[in-house]
Amino acid sequence: MIRFDLLIFGDTGWGDELLISSIMTILVSLSAMSLGVFVAIFTTWAKISGNLILKIFANFYTTVIRGIPELLVIYLIFFGGSASIMYVAKIFGYNGYIELNAFTMGTISIGLISAAYSTEVFRGAYSIVSKGQTEAAQSLGLSKLHTFTKVLAPQILKHALPGLGNVWQITLKDTALVSVTGLVEIMRQSRIASNVSHSPLTFCLSAAILYLILTTFSSKIFNKLEEYSNKNNVAA
Amino acid sequence: MNFELIYNNFFIILSGLDETLKLVVISLSLGFIISIPFALARASSIKILSQSAYYYVFVIRGTPLLVQIYLIYYGLGTIEFIRESFLWFVLKDPFFCGILALVINTVAYTAEIFRGGIQSVTKGQIESCKSLGMNRFTMYIKIILPCAFRQALPGYGNEMILMVKSTSLISLITIMEMTGLARNIMYKNYAPVEAFLAAGSIYLFLNFLVVQLIKFLEWKYNPHLRIKT
Repeated sequence: MIRFDLLIFGDTGWGDELLISSIMTILVSLSAMSLGVFVAIFTTWAKISGNLILKIFANFYTTVIRGIPELLVIYLIFFGGSASIMYVAKIFGYNGYIELNAFTMGTISIGLISAAYSTEVFRGAYSIVSKGQTEAAQSLGLSKLHTFTKVLAPQILKHALPGLGNVWQITLKDTALVSVTGLVEIMRQSRIASNVSHSPLTFCLSAAILYLILTTFSSKIFNKLEEYSNKNNVAA
Repeated sequence: MNFELIYNNFFIILSGLDETLKLVVISLSLGFIISIPFALARASSIKILSQSAYYYVFVIRGTPLLVQIYLIYYGLGTIEFIRESFLWFVLKDPFFCGILALVINTVAYTAEIFRGGIQSVTKGQIESCKSLGMNRFTMYIKIILPCAFRQALPGYGNEMILMVKSTSLISLITIMEMTGLARNIMYKNYAPVEAFLAAGSIYLFLNFLVVQLIKFLEWKYNPHLRIKT
């Protein structure tokens, strides 16, 4: 049964722990999303650069990541992450023991998953921006860098915003899977609390409500951002 | 990398394929049937129906699947009257809990996809149905739902792929399907990359089959879009 007395703040309740774990969820999601967007910029560039080898690599990456379960990727990073980093460190002459903490592993695994989705969003947004824009920028004598930063990037970002909102929701929900690596975010905290207090219903429901608050709130923010990015649109 | 280990692991993980397939097939077919009334409710003009369907979709899509699985597997069993009712017969078995969670999840997403399909049916088609004197039931069965399904096929294909991936979460409630077996190998042999490659390739192949199936269905149900040779 639901026991509200377990949700109060302080030593007898789990309210403060749940709040801290929510902040952890937000932090993991934000860092994973940033890593994802950062990686996606390069993979998108690889896809549209015209270089065949780069394109094959990028396509392979996005197909594989989107085709296998997220949990498998997390297990791969969780069980293999430290070993592979130590392997690389050995090449550079460092023989010590390196252990990745749960936060880093969570960020890397969720970030790599979210990057695959962001890549598709950016690629779609790039294909919408018409070729005439690049040609116009070139005819004005803008350098390649300026064409990208001043003309293409703002338009791509604007078209990508709704898609990025979806990727953010996916990323936020995927962070629940990181709980298997021991990172104390909402899911993990509610499992701990329900094991200690023998009241799983209370804490599973609180976790669901916390996630619901986060997703609703962030979709509001993305709606506002979209409104802002569309404010200069001329009505057709 | 140890190729012998990949080869051996491949067959161990392959033995979990039937469990994964059972989860996928049962939950997708149940989800498909149940989502139709939900989609109709979501697209209906009766406010209370569309509102309640909207809130169902909103809550399910706003929470992670893992929370839903844990809520059903760990949470529902602690409610007294559920434990005494016939439902307990279903809920004490992790496999049925998994199916229940997957169905509840996929119904929300599928209903939303089908709603888009239903609403894409043009007004002219409905008017011509009415002018032919069809009753509502025939109109839905013969015209609207087939058209909606055809329209929804690409989206539904994505949902099928998501479901194949989602079954991996059922390994967290003690069902030993492919991801669970892969995790065991990672624990025991400390061979994460080999187990990942073996399991990942099977999942990729499954999803490849799903993509081909959807391509075939799109080809079959869109005869007017086929390139004439």
